[in-house]
Amino acid sequence: MKTLLSMAVTLVFLPSAWAHAFIDHAEPAVGSKLASPPGAVKIWFTERLEPALSTIRVFDSQGTEVDKRDTKVDPKNGQLLVVSLPAIKTGKYRVTWRVVSVDTHVTNGSFEFEITG
Amino acid sequence: MNFKNLIPTAFYIPLGMCALVAMPNWADAHGFAGDRFFPATISTDDPFAASELSLPTISAIRQPGGSGPVKDINISADLSVLVLPRTAVTIGDGYQIVKPADQRALTGFDNLTANVLFEFYENDAHELITSVGLTWEIGGTGRRSLGASSFSTFTPTFYVGKGLGDLPSSLPWLRPIALTGEVGLSIPSRAGDRSVSFDMATGRNQVTITPNPDLIQWGIAVEYSLIYLQEHVKDIGLKAPFDRLIPLVEFAIQTPVNRLIGPTTGTVNPGIIWSGQYCQFGVEAVIPVNSHTGNNVGVVAQLHFYLDDILPKVFSKPLINP
Repeated sequence: MKTLLSMAVTLVFLPSAWAHAFIDHAEPAVGSKLASPPGAVKIWFTERLEPALSTIRVFDSQGTEVDKRDTKVDPKNGQLLVVSLPAIKTGKYRVTWRVVSVDTHVTNGSFEFEITG
Repeated sequence: MNFKNLIPTAFYIPLGMCALVAMPNWADAHGFAGDRFFPATISTDDPFAASELSLPTISAIRQPGGSGPVKDINISADLSVLVLPRTAVTIGDGYQIVKPADQRALTGFDNLTANVLFEFYENDAHELITSVGLTWEIGGTGRRSLGASSFSTFTPTFYVGKGLGDLPSSLPWLRPIALTGEVGLSIPSRAGDRSVSFDMATGRNQVTITPNPDLIQWGIAVEYSLIYLQEHVKDIGLKAPFDRLIPLVEFAIQTPVNRLIGPTTGTVNPGIIWSGQYCQFGVEAVIPVNSHTGNNVGVVAQLHFYLDDILPKVFSKPLINP
């Protein structure tokens, strides 16, 4: 009886459930050190993203944006956001992201990775 | 009342809701300053204006009594709604159960409380937020014999939250730390309670006035966010549910400042919060800071729902959006 009541209340509360999008995991991984430069930064989020309003930017240690400014949501996976990189040098890089999930919740964040060469 | 089944029953429905709505994904909700997500703290108030529901918060402690130990359990709920941009209104109440050994339990409601909180400054780069609020404990709405006062108390409060994510990258393991704090002055609407008793020795009525002091109330929560560690500092490969945990220690202290100058009392509450997509669950030990507070250790647990994520069409924006 208690379980049924719980489920009934839950169903009443269940929305068309989306929420803030956050990182599930990333490539390069958050805080990682790489021997060779990656060709792209990929971030898997916990929610489906609004493609037109979601971006990844990558900056070198001088604050210069180094990505190809071609952020796109993977057509086969609405939770994967990708930006391409040129051949970047050794050093530390900061990834910043700002995404809008399909229910219009906005989240942003940043992390670093390092290319050791 | 079936006392033994009280806590499981109180948790059943909310836990079912939480489990079902939280299963599909892991994510965060409100309570952000820049990259930082701050959970709703349990024993102290956090600085965020948001639509949220604490249902239930259950605390339990065994106190010494004249004829044996007394179980003291409180079950409370708080509903906050973002009514204006950066401004939330909260109402809350609690139900107290006091069960002396071998006696019937005394039960009754606490005084109703209402709070308005306004976020007046936020600095995302430094993960800093500050707020002011006013809490009104509405006198006479609870059961007096269980300690609910017949007079109202007003508590203007300053709140702050600060993440350490702006520390240099040479200190990576300190960056997941965050602090929230509050300091307020609790002002009773009546300076003292007057009571009349008959003195057998003199044959006269005797008037006693018990002063109600103003209280400085302050609290601090020190958090170490594994969520922040994983998402912004270093992915150390934590898997669910450990990647959503926030160990914390809360300090909730009060000191009388006038009329009846008494000792400082309060508790230190170490615990842990798990934050999911639509709700969080936290549990803390409640340890008295001194013998004036008590000698026994209690426990407090809370289920907390992020209404702006559960019902985004209703709560993701202020009810009144000028």
